Amino acid sequence: MMLTRESLEKIDREIAKYPEGRKQSAVMAALAVAQDEKGFLSDEVIEFVAGLLGMAPIAVREVASFYAMYKYKKEPSGKTRLTVCTSLPCRLSGADEVAETLKEKLGIGWGETTPDGRVTLVEGECMGACGDAPVALIDDTRMCCRLTREGVDAVLREIG
Amino acid sequence: MAILGAIDPILTKGLDADASDVSDAWRCRAYVDRGGYAALRKIVSEKIPPARVIAEVKKSALRGRGGAGFPTGLKWSFMPSDYDGDKYLICNSDEGEPGSFKDRDLLLLNPHAVIEGMVIGAYAIGAKRAYHYIHGEIPEACARFLEALDEARAAGFVGSDILGSGLCVEIAVHRGRGAYVCGEETAMLESLEGKRGQPRNKPPFPAASGFYGAPTTINNTETFAAVPFVLSMGADAYLAAGKPGNGGTKLFSVSGHIERPGNYEVPLGTPFGTLLELAGGVRAARALKACIPGGTSAAVLPAEVMMNLAMDYDSISRAGSMLGSGAVIVLDETTCMVGALEAITCFYQRESCGQCSPCREGTRWMHRIVRRIENGEGRPGDLETLEDIARNISGRSICALGDAASAAVQGFLKHFRGEFAHHVERGECLVPREVQREGCRLREISKEASTP
Repeated sequence: MMLTRESLEKIDREIAKYPEGRKQSAVMAALAVAQDEKGFLSDEVIEFVAGLLGMAPIAVREVASFYAMYKYKKEPSGKTRLTVCTSLPCRLSGADEVAETLKEKLGIGWGETTPDGRVTLVEGECMGACGDAPVALIDDTRMCCRLTREGVDAVLREIG
Repeated sequence: MAILGAIDPILTKGLDADASDVSDAWRCRAYVDRGGYAALRKIVSEKIPPARVIAEVKKSALRGRGGAGFPTGLKWSFMPSDYDGDKYLICNSDEGEPGSFKDRDLLLLNPHAVIEGMVIGAYAIGAKRAYHYIHGEIPEACARFLEALDEARAAGFVGSDILGSGLCVEIAVHRGRGAYVCGEETAMLESLEGKRGQPRNKPPFPAASGFYGAPTTINNTETFAAVPFVLSMGADAYLAAGKPGNGGTKLFSVSGHIERPGNYEVPLGTPFGTLLELAGGVRAARALKACIPGGTSAAVLPAEVMMNLAMDYDSISRAGSMLGSGAVIVLDETTCMVGALEAITCFYQRESCGQCSPCREGTRWMHRIVRRIENGEGRPGDLETLEDIARNISGRSICALGDAASAAVQGFLKHFRGEFAHHVERGECLVPREVQREGCRLREISKEASTP
């Protein structure tokens, strides 16, 4: 089996949310579940999800390649993905300096992964948290707020 | 996070900075103690017909809080009442407009108001199933909503037999995965159907053909949160809390160069200066240069216009911008307007879904030109070209994303053309870079709540 039983059960619960015969609605959630388990979305995973939901693989690819939070067909990226918001409100609160500091300390640029495979640094768009600007998201699950040049160290320690 | 301040609050009453303990205030029991679910209880116990609920919402002049400001009651009345098949209700929490973060805080602080509003809305339009589309980047708010939903289900406010009345409304959450355009209602429908979030041509509007072709109503989170209050306090009182045609209060997300960034709830029609003061004023007491009153899709307005402006849909529209989602981005005297527009145009070229060529290509061209001006490589004629591109995107794309990108460019050029011209001619910012940097440094947030 491509995915664990636990993942498959999660996907079944998602399918149940939608009207009878509308399994395709669950594709976004299914891809998220698969990505959580596998780390990224390979061709094999795409085809498996397509089979599960009765979709053409190309239709699943269309979704996986459209939404920014999917890691579609990318090389297995760093263990942790750190997404820094660079939209206007974050920039007005020092996002540029935070980004520069992160790039300097990690020795990588946007979209790159540290040589030891620990961290991938991503430039992100508005996360709807401008009151806490500047913000960054660790692995799409935890938000770091009011980052400063000095605060960057704590973030790096956390994702160690 | 918290609601940092308010004037005569409705949605966040008891949740503002003055409340001593807000940690459990989001829970079902606390919401009920504040009078929550009374509106729903009244509807089901007194069997108030859906048409009367819609009439009351219409009378309150509650307008869509997501950006367009469309009258909510009117939108609900477009749903066919004699339709036999399934109808759907959707709550739009795909809050991605740079500057907007009110829905996130509402979901964290008062999720039951959103749930009650959704159930009442579903009843009013005759939908048994509702979906809540939540922005992918706010995991904590999503988890909070799901927990609140469990509470509401256990208490009989959501599900197959609401309060023993036989009314059935099921609510399910659908997570977004990082596409700004999905906040557009027909893109959201595509996304809910498991496709790319590419907006549909309108007409047909969702009330005629929405989720899988069924009649569907989509409202913003804050709009739903307001509904129980409209009904419990009465349409007249809600309307009176704002101003004619602009009923009630509004959450304003104040960000940028501001002392106390955060959400503030004030009556529609409140002077901008009052809101600014409530948020502690401009960062480090510097001078206000400009403000984007309704998220990056709204045209920027210079300080002198802002300081004479009332914060309501009609007043901001008359001033040549829009209230949008109520995302107030404050720009102080240390701002380079070219740099600010660079950030905005960058956002739109990334978030254009690519479906319509004027938007797909035009947003990229605009960003490329603004970026080169910002980098000191502007060319004579660049400003005219920018205006030309903006004019040609506007009205030529399926959804409003292209219009929004154009409005942003046009607003900056209209009010700050001189600064752009300086940048092109001299190849440098009007405001020295080190001054800009200093302006962006965070300051300690003062703990004490400001009183208006």
